[in-house]
Amino acid sequence: MTLDTVKHAAETPDTKLPWAELGLKEDEYARVREILGRRPTGAELAMYSVMWSEHCSYKSSKVHLRQFGEKAPQSDAMLVGIGENAGVVDVGHGYAVTFKVESHNHPSYVEPYQGAATGVGGIVRDIIAMGARPVAVVDPLRMGAADHPDTKRVLPGVVAGIGGYGNCLGLPNIGGELVFDACYQGNPLVNAGAIGVMRHEDIHLAKASGPGNKVILYGARTGGDGIGGASILASETFDDAKPSKRPAVQVGDPFQEKLLIECTLEAFAEKLVVGIQDLGAAGLSCATSELASNGTGGMRVELDDVPLRDSTLTPEEILMSESQERMCAVVEPEKVERFLAICEKWDVTATVVGEVTDGDRLEIFWHGEKIVDLDPRTVAHDGPVYERPYARPSWQDALQADDANKLPRPATSAELREQVIQLVASPNQASKSWVTDQYDRFVQGNTVLAQPEDSGMVRIDEQTGLGVALANDGNGRYSKLDPYAGAQLALAEAYRNVAATGARPLAVSDCLNFGSPEDTDVMWQFAETTRGLADACLTLGTPVTGGNVSLYNQTGEAAIHPTPVVSVLGVIDDVSRRTPIAFAEEGQLLYLLGETREEFGGSAWSQVVHDHLGGLPPRVDLERERLLAEILISASRDGMIDAAHDLSDGGLVQAVAESCLRGGKGARLVVPDGLDGFTFLFSESAGRAVVAVPRSEELRFTDMCGARGLPVTRIGVVDGDAVELQGEFSIELTELRAAYEQTLPGLFG
Amino acid sequence: MTARPSPTATLNGGPTGRWNVRIGVVTFPGTLDDRDTQRAVRIAGAEAVPLWHRDKDLKQVDAVVLPGGFSYGDYLRAGAISRFSPLMETIIDQAKAGMPVLGICNGFQVLTESHLLPGAMLRNNHLHFICRDQKLRVESTSTAWTADYTAGQEISIPLKNIDGRYVADERTLDLLEAEGRVAFRYLDGNPNGSLRDIAGITNEAGNVVGLMPHPEHAVEPLVGTGRTDGLGFFTSILKKLVNA
Amino acid sequence: MARVVVDVMLKPEILDPQGQAVQRALPRLGFEGIADVRQGKRFELEVEGPVDDAALARIHEMAETFLANTVIEDFEVKVETSEGPK
Repeated sequence: MTLDTVKHAAETPDTKLPWAELGLKEDEYARVREILGRRPTGAELAMYSVMWSEHCSYKSSKVHLRQFGEKAPQSDAMLVGIGENAGVVDVGHGYAVTFKVESHNHPSYVEPYQGAATGVGGIVRDIIAMGARPVAVVDPLRMGAADHPDTKRVLPGVVAGIGGYGNCLGLPNIGGELVFDACYQGNPLVNAGAIGVMRHEDIHLAKASGPGNKVILYGARTGGDGIGGASILASETFDDAKPSKRPAVQVGDPFQEKLLIECTLEAFAEKLVVGIQDLGAAGLSCATSELASNGTGGMRVELDDVPLRDSTLTPEEILMSESQERMCAVVEPEKVERFLAICEKWDVTATVVGEVTDGDRLEIFWHGEKIVDLDPRTVAHDGPVYERPYARPSWQDALQADDANKLPRPATSAELREQVIQLVASPNQASKSWVTDQYDRFVQGNTVLAQPEDSGMVRIDEQTGLGVALANDGNGRYSKLDPYAGAQLALAEAYRNVAATGARPLAVSDCLNFGSPEDTDVMWQFAETTRGLADACLTLGTPVTGGNVSLYNQTGEAAIHPTPVVSVLGVIDDVSRRTPIAFAEEGQLLYLLGETREEFGGSAWSQVVHDHLGGLPPRVDLERERLLAEILISASRDGMIDAAHDLSDGGLVQAVAESCLRGGKGARLVVPDGLDGFTFLFSESAGRAVVAVPRSEELRFTDMCGARGLPVTRIGVVDGDAVELQGEFSIELTELRAAYEQTLPGLFG
Repeated sequence: MTARPSPTATLNGGPTGRWNVRIGVVTFPGTLDDRDTQRAVRIAGAEAVPLWHRDKDLKQVDAVVLPGGFSYGDYLRAGAISRFSPLMETIIDQAKAGMPVLGICNGFQVLTESHLLPGAMLRNNHLHFICRDQKLRVESTSTAWTADYTAGQEISIPLKNIDGRYVADERTLDLLEAEGRVAFRYLDGNPNGSLRDIAGITNEAGNVVGLMPHPEHAVEPLVGTGRTDGLGFFTSILKKLVNA
Repeated sequence: MARVVVDVMLKPEILDPQGQAVQRALPRLGFEGIADVRQGKRFELEVEGPVDDAALARIHEMAETFLANTVIEDFEVKVETSEGPK
């Protein structure tokens, strides 16, 4: 077998390389040749092809994602912005918080357990690569229809994988989402998020500076995981006899990851690390080219020194391997010994594989021969950028004209009652305890709120009680009806959820899940989503710190609903002031904040009762959202409310049911003047919340709302053992609980 | 009912105004609840001393807690690899000589693998990881770790594990019952199929106690379950050591 | 009744964290000279009726669709000799 060295490549310009099989387009390959001034070596081709893939280069989405920077609101909180492994936000008292959500959709469909598990692993490594200790994880999920046989395969595996990995890392799982919809059949969305905390001075960046500094690869040994493409290179071009049996599925080792966390944090604490990068998609190709290009540019790597799990790997395969639980650190020569000692303490394999050099070339050697010689920026940052064509879908008008407000409504009190039960028991609205009971929410001893609360909240400072909250929301049905509004509604809901727990929303991360960018309909949805989200972030004053894009979530012509999952991070000065959702005290007064209109487009009611999706989503009023949030935060801080629950899918009745069941107390409700019972219960108008107010605080609270101009309506009282709508119906909590809690165990065991 | 630390006149303050009691908290690779356990020890008023699995030295601690987690990823069997660490050899010797040892969750598994406690833990009967607030009855208050409770007291503390099903042969179970060595029993539904609803047991001398639920996650009103029912474990040992 | 054994192992190229952890522990316990450890599962099936080609085909199907996850695991079906102790 001939080693395809740089020298060899220069001498054999006409050798055919499998660039198309590796996913490069003809013009992209031409560009690679132009950059290098010769044909690439096999190893170089491997690096360009994987780094210029949609997944790594964001080539279809980049032009739209720019808005998050261009329209970013002024914020003192941003310490590190878009482009690093994860954004970093100042939360006060010298603490900084980093958070991010990523998708692991396709791997989780192929092998649910390992796909979901390695998704958690990847996001956690992103967090430690910023210098932070991970403190919590979250997991927004979208699955096919709840009663579809494949959902019974995918969901239990995904949940077990998230639990199996996250539980073993000692990270509390504090929230998430689970939405079923037939549009996700064959394309489930498994998004994983994590939060990390550090002191300001501990922020680390992925850059290799300082010539002479050593590049250390540590963690798991490198195997042939996730290198289908590179195997083509190995088997078809250079060695036809070689069996290319490489695993398509990556297996996670959470124990190894836990050791990586501890040894990395110990190295940080001793100030041993100049730059650091995790190895995720594109493995060493990504880590070396990003570290080098973000630093001074020069790096020399000896590929022979990479510890291997499989000694038959070719250099191309080593560069592309996506073996999990690996990190790459840049360390000053005199600190290498100490760094390696810390790794040894934690039983972590660590090897010096290269060093930072003068110059601006990334040079990689194999058996003493140079197989890569390129400007790392051309790999990491100068990938192709596409202005994909997009157009408003021809079906959009008809979809919006199919008005959900015209659907038949319940005609009698009995029917109204029946539909309440039906809603609460529907898979999307029912209790998610079947999922969350498989996750450790207590570990680390700082969990203040976890699912089913409006946002997850963890304490980050025991002395002051400083805490952070995180909520993730997204409604693909709203986005399908109007992607611009849908993105804003997702942000508004997450923002509202954070405020409902008493925390001040600070910053945003997003995970944008879409179909194929080569479809003009999908691309229009994407363009509208990013425009809507960027505009809304500007209005609400919450910058986007980073995010993730997952495209090609589609089977044949059928794309998933456009599904932006928006995460909002908030800060609370003293977690003892947090507001839970539970109605726990009899006699407390229930107030509805905000305005209720006849808005049923995309609603849970229209889906559950009529299996309908049409019309327009609820109206967006971001100024109202901001006012509502201010009221919720003030009321929490000043002790005016004992419970709050945001109103979103399922409307008021869903929120009241959840708060009653959580607190074990009933509620007596009265339909306010100007509304009918049905609209009161099921409307999904945005910018609303329900709160429980102690009688002693009633005047103070309503005065505050009045003074600031927030509509506030008394709708009832916490009382008894049933949810009762005066003059209409009453549902005992036992019946309600059965409806709410039995659905998921009934479906998934 | 909540067990709270109840410092009395018989307890003398240590150099820092706290009681001069040192409780070791062991970290194996993959241990998760070590910091949480150290916090619980401090909240009870003792000094928490981190211990590392590779050391043999117990740093003159008065008692040891083996905290929860997935040491060595629970690979092979939960607790099976940790049991052979250098530190465990010392702990096994000291435990046999009477030093108080508490094993929580993975720590309990290490204790059974070490044969300091009888029986073993298998995969939960429903095969899922389960995380919930679990009601228990304190069956024995004559151990080093439970004296601050009243016999038959019902407490709620978090349970979180996948290998939590306690099993032992009939003879061992009968013996445990006869000698009053079942320390905790699950109430309101057996969460994992443990034989005779056993949540925790003690050795004959009462110095070694193991249980699956997590008392260290129920020591502060604000976090975790919002209850402090677990604090009694740590105040029990503190009082015992101070009065010794 | 005849016994059929199905051994399920992770495919050789798939990472086996469990086997790895065991292998790393061995030298500490004084067991030297073990280059690699991989951990698998063994299923013992007590088969009613004759273990003929049809029965084995069914067991193959069972192993392929249920006992093993062929995305990451290989399996092997073996009929245990039914002769008793001599």
